[in-house]
Amino acid sequence: MPSHRATTTRERPRAERPAKHGVLHTDLSRRRFLGYVVAGTTLVAAAELGREAIFDATPSASALAVPSAPQTPEVYDLLDVLRDSARPTANLIRIKVNRDNTVSFALPRSDNGQGIITSTQMIIAEEMGLDPDQVLVTLADARPELVFNQLTGGSSTTFTTFTPIRVAAALAQGRLLDAAAAEMRQDKDVLTSRQGLITGPNGASLPFGELTTKAAAPVTQAVEVALKDQEKFTIIGKPRTKSDALAMVTGKKKFTTDLQIPGALPTVLCRAPDLNGYPRAVANLDQVRTMPGITDVVKVGGGVAVRGNTFGQCIAAVDALQVTWANGTVHGKDDDAVLKELRAAELPLAAPKLPGSLEGEFVFYFRSNSSLETNCAIADVRGNRATIWGPSKSPIAAQAEIAKKLGIPQNAVTFHVQEGGGSFGRKLFFDAAEEAALVSQAMGKPVKLMWTRADDSRQGRTHPMATCRIRANVTADAVTSFEIRHTSVATEVNPGLSEAISAAANKAPLGNLTVSESIFETTQVTPYNFGASTRFLNEVDMGFNTSSMRNIYSPDVATARELMVDQIAAKLGKDPYEFRSEFAKQARWKAVLDRVAQEAGWGKSMADGTAQGIGMHVEYKGAAACVVELDCRPETVNRKIRQARTGPRVTKVTYVVDVGLVINPRGLEAQMMGGINDALAMTLTSSLHLDDGHFVEASWDNYFYTRQWNTPPEMNIVIMDSTAPEPGGAGEFGIAATCGAIACAYARATGKVPTYFPLDHKDPLPFEPYPTVPPIPPSPTDGLQTTF
Amino acid sequence: MPTHTFQLNGEQVSVDVEDDVRLLWVIRDLLKVTGPKYGCGINVCKACTSHINGKAFNPCSVQVKDIRPTDEVTTIEGLADTVKADLHPMQQAWIDNDVAQCGYCQPGQIMAAVAKVKQCRAEGREVDDDAIEELRNICRCGTYNRIREAIKAGAQDM
Repeated sequence: MPSHRATTTRERPRAERPAKHGVLHTDLSRRRFLGYVVAGTTLVAAAELGREAIFDATPSASALAVPSAPQTPEVYDLLDVLRDSARPTANLIRIKVNRDNTVSFALPRSDNGQGIITSTQMIIAEEMGLDPDQVLVTLADARPELVFNQLTGGSSTTFTTFTPIRVAAALAQGRLLDAAAAEMRQDKDVLTSRQGLITGPNGASLPFGELTTKAAAPVTQAVEVALKDQEKFTIIGKPRTKSDALAMVTGKKKFTTDLQIPGALPTVLCRAPDLNGYPRAVANLDQVRTMPGITDVVKVGGGVAVRGNTFGQCIAAVDALQVTWANGTVHGKDDDAVLKELRAAELPLAAPKLPGSLEGEFVFYFRSNSSLETNCAIADVRGNRATIWGPSKSPIAAQAEIAKKLGIPQNAVTFHVQEGGGSFGRKLFFDAAEEAALVSQAMGKPVKLMWTRADDSRQGRTHPMATCRIRANVTADAVTSFEIRHTSVATEVNPGLSEAISAAANKAPLGNLTVSESIFETTQVTPYNFGASTRFLNEVDMGFNTSSMRNIYSPDVATARELMVDQIAAKLGKDPYEFRSEFAKQARWKAVLDRVAQEAGWGKSMADGTAQGIGMHVEYKGAAACVVELDCRPETVNRKIRQARTGPRVTKVTYVVDVGLVINPRGLEAQMMGGINDALAMTLTSSLHLDDGHFVEASWDNYFYTRQWNTPPEMNIVIMDSTAPEPGGAGEFGIAATCGAIACAYARATGKVPTYFPLDHKDPLPFEPYPTVPPIPPSPTDGLQTTF
Repeated sequence: MPTHTFQLNGEQVSVDVEDDVRLLWVIRDLLKVTGPKYGCGINVCKACTSHINGKAFNPCSVQVKDIRPTDEVTTIEGLADTVKADLHPMQQAWIDNDVAQCGYCQPGQIMAAVAKVKQCRAEGREVDDDAIEELRNICRCGTYNRIREAIKAGAQDM
């Protein structure tokens, strides 16, 4: 046990060595990190960040291609922004060693199915020689002292928390070994530790739970620690099933609306027919208050809140309300009106239009960011205190906003972060938590507030409509310029995220950009040697509820970019795969392309009306490439399924991804699978239609997210053995390359380059829209006629 | 207020509630059995899929007055008991294939899968991709391909 106070001067060794493929590595194992043993009666280890990730940023120029200068994401991307904004407070991450041979860690992130609880258990278990089941990971309540470091977004969780968690775990492990050595009167180096049992050379052993008191520190002290050699990993990199798999298949996993908080009765809001309309007057408040099961009806904020014994009775009461509504924020507008405004805002292209220029303009319609669990939160606001339960990816911002809205201090708001039923970016926002708090305050009672599906569809957050213009200048054998102008309905960035990004971005080599421009600039890269390469975003705030939906701008930009890449290849008389491989800027990127072509049997003979398509995308410190097979034959496109979109079918997906160091390959594969199925929906079937100031779609029989009959019968996900020393981002990485591949396959199968997405957006609606008044479609009563 | 009696997960339950309240809310809000999830309330997303007398149904679209005292309603919480085991083979297949991501739709997915396999068996059909594509349950996490593998594996052990 170190008896001295460690130096606070952190070593910064330059242990860089050239590795395979010219990748520069920083050898983490040789570096020492500073951790803290926090004063207490049992052992609590905390960690501070201090590392630099070195990733390959050296373009590997090929003979013909005109090298493009490094673009911002190649040297400093969104993940770096999020990490650097998290640096100052990461030393507050703490691992607690319990007397019952478990360790506890409250992860300051939000798990909505992406599996970060499981991967965090694995990281801690690896460093401490434990079984992951001995590691209890919960989601931390909102902790304002963490400032930027409690934000889940941009696929950044593992990238930002990997090293600090390891440092704390390594420190805890070292302290336990020191305590065991003293107890056993042995030298620390002769002890072995396995599954929490520390064993001496004579076979005597001590469970670490018995050592936690002795390993505890009376005063907080700083200690230097070294991390386990990555070559010795036995848990990280091995497939592991999610730790809550059993709870999920038995119905025991509790989501927010499953919680039984005393007095928190079901509550639903009656919402306006217009997007963001609000109530002026209610004609029959008193009458609705007497409806069966109803306890309270209050006009509040954007609607009229109804609280009752069951959600079903609340819905009936909502539909009975007679409300006079004020117009919404896009009153009277439709898709065409929005598109017109976007086109008017498009930034000019810089490179001159030449006789050989290739140009494309693509339109991406609104898509719903609704997860299967609708927006929900429980709030108990009484007196000057508020307690909130709900899923949130930015609970500190939620806490601050709720405090402001309620007129109470931020520390009077407790936010218990719950596991969410899907997020895809949506839970960066806390609309339901804010609403629940206001309603609870107005009623003076606890409420369990839930948006209905119609609310979520029509008033919820969306992936904004956007256009993407591209101009490429092409000579006989090279691309001299490639310019992207993305013009989008403004993507709202949640306050927590925006503070983090703007704070870091102002210090980073980004120039003085707005938050959205910063995200665009730090996520978008054109991964080919295309000469002068520019990418600009312009956003137009039009009063929509938008969000940084899974993968933000990338699915749309990748779709447009990859379609243009195919056209350039055709103009140069080259095969789409060979062209990409030849022009890929980095060896690591070329490697995923070559692998996907090989795995997919690129170039094999395909029947008329079917085709392969290929796409590549670079983001999150990694690279991904996708080959799809798409069936556009009439018998497939026109197949009939009730209340469904069919259309072209993706019959096979081959996806190759290099995300750097992989923690849990089984979890990573799941994330890619989800992203691929998202990409199908984004490209082919699912969009919202704006009509007369509101979105037409009210439920899953209107909004055609991927279903079993759309999903590819064959899916092959290949995770590359990475040369990168650290994990990159994973949660959103399955989407963009797949979108590009599907779009290209469609163009190759049909001979028509699509100009808008999803492909079926302008087809006749295969449903009769639900009315907007009353706002919630009533539940059917014939459920016993549809049993099977 | 009328009293409604039925069998829920092997136990007789009685609840005082208006006739027209849909069974989903009776189960979730009044009986506090929360395995069946709300996803649409109009029999579209299938997140609340449960069994009535061994067949798949969606309690969001059934009025409580239409349930008879002898009707046996089984939610995900009672599935294992129907085979007198800690886990139904379909639940085990779900774990073996690490199917669930967020898990919200999975109780409904599993209940629908079990019923689909039974239906196929009764009709002498294979539990193949065509049969699985008849399932309408939405998984917004998009884990459809693992669902397929799990259904086929679970069917073998049923």
